Amino acid sequence: MYAVEVNDLIKSYGSFQAIKGISFKVREGEVYGLIGPNGAGKTTTLRVLSTLLEVTAGSVKIQGIDLREEPEEVRKVISYLPEDAGAYKHLKGREYLMFIAQFFAEGKKAEELVARGLEVADLGERIDDKVETYSKGMARRLLVARALMIKPKLAILDELTSGLDVINAQEIRKTVKRYASQGTTMLLSSHNMLEVELLCDRIALINDGRIVAEGTPSELKERYGAQNIEEVFVKVVQQ
Amino acid sequence: MRSLPKIVRKEVKELLTPATLVPIIVIAILFGSLGGVFGGIEDTIAETPKIALINQDTGMLADVAMYIFNNSAEVVYNGDDVQEALNALDDAGGVSLFIIPSDFTSDIMDNRTGTIEVLWVMKGAGIMDSLPGASASSILLDVDHAISVTLIDHNLTDNASLILSPTQISETTIFKDKEMAGVSPSTIAGVMSQQSFVMPLIVLMVIIYAGSIVISSMGTEKENKTLETLLTMPVSRTSIVFGKLIGAAIVGLLMAIIYMLGMSFYFSSLMGSVSIDLAQYGMTLNILDYVLVGISLFAALVFALALCMILGIFTKNYKAAQTMTMPVTFLAIIPMFVTMFTDFDTLPMVAKVVVFAIPFSHPMIAMRSLMFDDYALVLSGIAYSTILALIVMFAAVTLFRKDILLTGRVSSSDKRSKYPLIALLQSLASKRRK
Repeated sequence: MYAVEVNDLIKSYGSFQAIKGISFKVREGEVYGLIGPNGAGKTTTLRVLSTLLEVTAGSVKIQGIDLREEPEEVRKVISYLPEDAGAYKHLKGREYLMFIAQFFAEGKKAEELVARGLEVADLGERIDDKVETYSKGMARRLLVARALMIKPKLAILDELTSGLDVINAQEIRKTVKRYASQGTTMLLSSHNMLEVELLCDRIALINDGRIVAEGTPSELKERYGAQNIEEVFVKVVQQ
Repeated sequence: MRSLPKIVRKEVKELLTPATLVPIIVIAILFGSLGGVFGGIEDTIAETPKIALINQDTGMLADVAMYIFNNSAEVVYNGDDVQEALNALDDAGGVSLFIIPSDFTSDIMDNRTGTIEVLWVMKGAGIMDSLPGASASSILLDVDHAISVTLIDHNLTDNASLILSPTQISETTIFKDKEMAGVSPSTIAGVMSQQSFVMPLIVLMVIIYAGSIVISSMGTEKENKTLETLLTMPVSRTSIVFGKLIGAAIVGLLMAIIYMLGMSFYFSSLMGSVSIDLAQYGMTLNILDYVLVGISLFAALVFALALCMILGIFTKNYKAAQTMTMPVTFLAIIPMFVTMFTDFDTLPMVAKVVVFAIPFSHPMIAMRSLMFDDYALVLSGIAYSTILALIVMFAAVTLFRKDILLTGRVSSSDKRSKYPLIALLQSLASKRRK
């Protein structure tokens, strides 16, 4: 069974088609990256897969669950981290993790999820400060912790390390790799080609709402005679 | 300074949006309407009052009184039957029947104050409703004065006190089929104004507070980018909608209770001089009545919150949320002014329909209606508000499942995107046809 199966997915806003019939499959435990220029349809795809936007046409299955038929069942197995996500500012970091954990477990099990979140966030004593006092990097680490602490079947991560410095970004990538090795499937989008190359088992290049290339980083580099994924990206987009 | 005009233009463009303009225009219209109301008060006072007369006295002082009545008012009945007089008043829109009893002249001649009986027909308990009575009662002062002059001219008495005040009135007010002896319409209106002012204000405050909480909550979720996370959690859209509504209702009601306590202290200090007890005329509320008022308020509150939730869906941020409460506030202000100044029963039919159609009207008029056992109006109001609240709640939950919640629009490239609600309804209708 695939963790994600997308077939001929179309997403329209009125007469404008943001996604023009894309298809791809993500294996369980795989880290799958979507890359493409601004407005290509990456975030729209992730938002559709997260049940935030309605499917106009085509089919989407997450862990074998039909997204159009059972969106509430899909929400039980996914965790979505939007690019510019925020946390409730009036809560402390620890309280925020507990608030989220209570949707997935109760009592001691919820506390276990929070303990895992604390480890991922790694905010030290600042975890007991209000979120509104956090820097952008601290808030992002808290949000990544929130997304991964529940060990979802599928983590959907939009611009994972957006706005983070090199050290913070590297820490978060390591965490993502670790959780992927423990069985969580990762579907991510990024503008950072180095990050995609380092993290992803397979990559799909989206341009103008269509997937124009797909494969492992090494396959893509070989296919396009490129030194790195950035070169692949430029060649594909300019074609 | 050459850049100044550019900056001014940018600022004006940024500040002069429909969201800032519409509330100002509506407030201007409301104040204009209020001006009309106060203009109406002056017109009503200036109008010649319509009265009915029954003269049972053949004495000369009764003739003096009748002369004044006939010259100061439009007499719509002059006979000897009380019921016929009341019918004539009802047909003509008058409010006062003056009866001069057979011993009026003889009492004064015997050095006793002469009594004029007055039967007031009170049609409503609003401020506007007590004006015709006030106008008619001023004639009684003219009668008193004319008799004083007659007593002096004809040297009929040397009792100075009697000359200064030769008449007194014995008044009975008929209000919604209840006869209240010894009570004037202005006294009843004074006592009832506590309900007329307090209840509408409470309803208005609850709706504004709770409504702004819901809309602000949506605006804050969108601004802080927390809504998307919440929507991808294993929690139903219905739970999110109801969670927000119940949370806002609790806080709104808490604020209303605090507000109500303050207002009741304020009004009880104002009403301290009014000494009639409406309970002795059967005008009191029992436990069932209070429960009905509570249900009416609850139905209106649920409607307000669901409506605010829909408005919140279109809100993009906290700042925009602040102006979004305006439509709901205006909807609540209209019945508030109506119930403060007049009575639902005395409104023209079109105004009645408009006021009934606004769910916020029902808790505002419920207490007064129940005081006069008008259960039909209260129960129909509750039924109407409940049905409307359920429809709006269903619409809110449906919208929560749509893209519009995040995009604020249904389509992005065609002209329908300017009218998201219409486009949404069209898309729902076309889906149903399929």
